[in-house]
Formats: sequence, structure tokens, C-alpha cells
Amino acid sequence: MKAIDTLQKLSIRKSLINNKKAYNFFVISFLLTLLLVLIFISICVGSSNIEISDIIKAISNRCISTSEYKIINYVRIPRTLSAIIAGSGLAISGLILQSVLNNALASPTIIGVNSGAGLFTALATAFLPANFSIMPLAAFLGAFLATLAVYYLAKKTGASRMTIILAGVAVSSLIGAMTDTVLILFPDTVISRTSFIIGGLTGVTMNRLFMPGIIIFGSLIVTFIFGYDLNVLSLGDQTSKSLGLNVDKTRFLFIILSSLLSGSVISFAGLLGFIGLIVPHISRLIVGYDNRILIPTSVLIGSSFALFCDILARTLFAPYEVPVGIIMSFLGSPFFIYLLLNKKRRLMYD
Amino acid sequence: MIKLNNVTSGYMGVKIIKNISLTFEKGKIISIIGKNGCGKTTLLKTASKIIEPYSGDILLKGKNIFDMTSKETAKVISYLPQNRDIPNIRVYDLVMHGRFPYLGFPRIPAYEDKNKVQEALYMLGIEKYKNKNIRELSGGQRQKVYIAMVLAQDSDIVFLDEPTTYLDINHQLEILEIVKDLKKMGKTVVMVIHDLNSALTFSDMVCLIDKGEIIVYDKPQEVYESGEIEKIFNINCHEVCASDKYEKQYIFSYASNL
Repeated sequence: MKAIDTLQKLSIRKSLINNKKAYNFFVISFLLTLLLVLIFISICVGSSNIEISDIIKAISNRCISTSEYKIINYVRIPRTLSAIIAGSGLAISGLILQSVLNNALASPTIIGVNSGAGLFTALATAFLPANFSIMPLAAFLGAFLATLAVYYLAKKTGASRMTIILAGVAVSSLIGAMTDTVLILFPDTVISRTSFIIGGLTGVTMNRLFMPGIIIFGSLIVTFIFGYDLNVLSLGDQTSKSLGLNVDKTRFLFIILSSLLSGSVISFAGLLGFIGLIVPHISRLIVGYDNRILIPTSVLIGSSFALFCDILARTLFAPYEVPVGIIMSFLGSPFFIYLLLNKKRRLMYD
Repeated sequence: MIKLNNVTSGYMGVKIIKNISLTFEKGKIISIIGKNGCGKTTLLKTASKIIEPYSGDILLKGKNIFDMTSKETAKVISYLPQNRDIPNIRVYDLVMHGRFPYLGFPRIPAYEDKNKVQEALYMLGIEKYKNKNIRELSGGQRQKVYIAMVLAQDSDIVFLDEPTTYLDINHQLEILEIVKDLKKMGKTVVMVIHDLNSALTFSDMVCLIDKGEIIVYDKPQEVYESGEIEKIFNINCHEVCASDKYEKQYIFSYASNL
């Protein structure tokens, strides 16, 4: 014991860990500042630009009648919040799936979330065409039920990572066929489907955001609390079982969390799947594998990325808007390729 | 001490081990030997609660291990599988995972946990790698890191599935010396091993399995003298001793006409 104490004193580990902590602190602070700046820009800019003094005036005096107040309160704040919520929700949903399934290509699509939401929105449009308010609920329910179907199927065959992926493929293609049938039988549904597939944050109101926002916030907290368990799960089923982790329950919990996160985002933003795939990878390249730091980093990068893309989407060709999903792909893919080509970072990541 | 009573186990409804009854005594090194596919790993996984048996009981100090929570079991039993993922993780962090059964929420290691990890790193001689990613290490070094994790887990019973497979001779012998150290610490070590000479020279007890059933479970000398090793593996087995300076060894040759 004495020898170990001496070793501890002599060890350079402390300083290295301190450096790592300092690095993580720097990353989080930088990303937080970036997000705050983007929030500010997002509120200021758009098809009509608003001065800082007008923002302060509109918020502090609550001049309800002014156009600035109306734009800020009914357009910019809901839109900014929706980008933050969508970005963070999708990023963590993807991060969870990539960790739980130990698959770099895992994204919410893999557990049937997108296909489930697609079928239910198609059904809602076909059978309740006048009821637009039911669409978010339909998307959410579809995503959630498809995930449950995938997990139930996988569990029947052992719930291993591979069976979950295979069950996801099987359920998704079955649901895809059902959706195509609905689209052929009810041709009118095709029109609303296009905007659902492209996804976007146009016209999101605070009312529409309320429920998904609460679900996403709650899911993010739970994911963060169980972040260390996600680290243990990444050691593989047998090793993590031997360490006392209830593998089946933990995997089920995380898959449900992932479904809640992406299903909630789909309910108000449609299919913005790209963030779920790319943001976890970018975050891992920056802060490494530890989910306790990876989760907050992904939340900040996901929110900032979605916000940045949304700002571009509504300003690049103002007063016209480019769908935010297209901007995300145009910006995200080259940046991701740049990070992968960076040898030093790749070494840490591979 | 861990006791198996009439345990039948396997995968997807297929019985791999049948009606196994045996006791792993405290503080002993027990080697499980047998041909490929005879059920060695299934026995190890069942005894360490990684898979649930179809029938029978596994008793730990008289208590059925399936009545214990996962964390309670992990404090007493650890299992190191043969095939593992190579996660993207720092050596220190991987060894710290051995303390998982002891961590409450929010999973922040206490002074004792850090001390146990430091002790494990020190004992395995891997202090100098602790800030390296395990993907940068050789197979032998990785094996030592995983054994350090098991050591940090601080369980009385350690199950090792082929701990020396794929390692060079130096690392094989080093791992077996570590196994001896674990015994000195009072731990029970049960390992599946393909190297019959190591099994017969390093173990206190040897369990020979064939077709999911125990053929002989005894001290190495008795297992050797029973002649069952030759029968099961279809080989000739000879005891040799080069001189007084060296321990007795076993050599094997192929027996085509047996």
C-alpha cells in the first residue's frame, strides 16, 4: 500500500487528467459561447433584420403591438428553440444508437423510427386529411411503435446488436411497403409527404414545441445520468454483464430514449436525420469516447449546427427559404470529411 | 466456494452441458479442458451467470446466484470472455470499469475505487500504459489490462476464458504467473485452457469435459493417470522431467491408431 501511495504521488496521471479536464472545460465553454452567439444571431436575422436595441425594447417593455415584438415572440424565438431542441434531440438519439449498437452507421433510421413516423403520418393524412394538428402525434406514435416492434423482434432472438439491426431493417422495409401502399391508394397524401421527408422548422409554434420539448429535455437528462452505463455497455455484452450491468434493461432503456428523442423531433420538424448520424462522430473526434462529456458536447454541437443551418436556410436566399435539411447535408458532409482526413484526430478516433 | 448442482445449459434451446455437478473450491486454480465444442465456455458462462441454465442450481456460499442482483453477483464473481470488442478507451478508464459494481449514482469513483485501480495497474505492471488507448497496445498487453480490470473488480471468484490463447510464449507464461498471484490473494480462479501442459502444471484441479459431461474432475496427476486425456483427445501423453531444476512437464503426440 505504501508503495502504491508513493506511486500515486509520483504519478503524472493527476496532471494529465487535469489537462483533460481543462480541455473538456474549454470545449464546453467554447461551444456554449458559440451557441449563445448563434441564438442571438438567429433572433436578429431573417427576412426582416431586427436591431439589438429593438430586441431589448421589445422584450423589456413587452410592446405587444410592435411588429418587432410579434416577430421575435411568434417567429424567431419558437424557431430558434425548435432548432436547438431538434439539433440536440437528434444528436443524442444518434449517439445513443451508435453506442448501444456499436455501429458507426447507426442513426434513428436503423430502429425504424423514420419509417414508423412516415407510415403514421401517411395514414393520418389519408384518413384525417383536415386534421393537421394530429400529424405530430401520429409521427411520434409511429416512431415509438416501430421501435417497440424492432426491439420486441430482436429480443425474441436474443436482443444482440446484430439482431436489433436486422430486425430494424426487416421492420423498416415492411413499414415502407405499407406506406407505399397507402400512398398509392390515397394519392393526395403524396403532397404533404414531400415536406415531411425534407423536414424543416418553418411555422413551428410554441404550442407545437411544448410537448416534444419536455420529452426531449427529460430524455436528455436521463441519458446524461446513465452516460457511464453507456460507457460500460460499449465493452460488449459479456464483459458488461460480468461487471454487473443489466445489459438487456440498459439497452432497452437507451433504445426507448433514442426513440423518444427522434420521434419527438420528427413530430414537429419532419425527417432531419442527418444530424443524428454526423454530430456524434464530430463530437467523438473532439472530446473522445467518454459519454459523460460526449453527451453535453453532442447537445451543444447538435444545437449549434441545427441553428447555424437554419440561419443560413432563411437568410441565404431571403425572402425565400431553402429546406434546412439540404443546408445540413451541404455543410456537414465536407466538414465531416475534413475531420476524417485529419490524421491526428483519426488516430484518436479509430 | 461455488457449487453447481445438476446444471444443464446451452443456447437457443440446444443443450450444450448436461447435468453438471461440481464444486469450485476456494483459493484454487481450476482448469477446464476438453475438445473444441465440448461445452467448456458454456460451463464457464453458466457458472458466472452470463447465461441462465435450463435447469439446476448454482450456489454461492449456499445462496442461488440467480437470486442475487447483477451488481451483488459482480462483487463476488468476475468473468473475462475470450472474444472481446476492442473499445476505444484509455487503459485507466477501462480498469476503472472494474469498479462499476461498487459505483452508485452518479457513478463518481470514490478514493477507494481509485486506489483499487491504482493497485491493479501496479500489480499487472501496466502503470506506464495507463494513459494510452488500449487500441495502441499488443494482444498480451491488452490481456493484462483486462485482467487488471478483473482485479479492480475485487471478486473472490475469477472465471477466465482462454486467457493465454493467441499470446506469445512470454505473455502466456506471464499471464499464468498472474493467475498464480490471484490464487495467492485468496481468489478462486477457474479457467478454460487449451494448453494441456499448462493446465496440468499450473492448476490445483483439472476438469476434463467431453460432449457436455464431466469425464474426470480431480488433481492434475490423477487426471493424467486416469488416461482419459489420451482417450478424449486421441493423443499420447507423457510426463517428463528434464532435471531437478525444472518442474515436471507433459508432452503430447498424435495417436492415429488409438
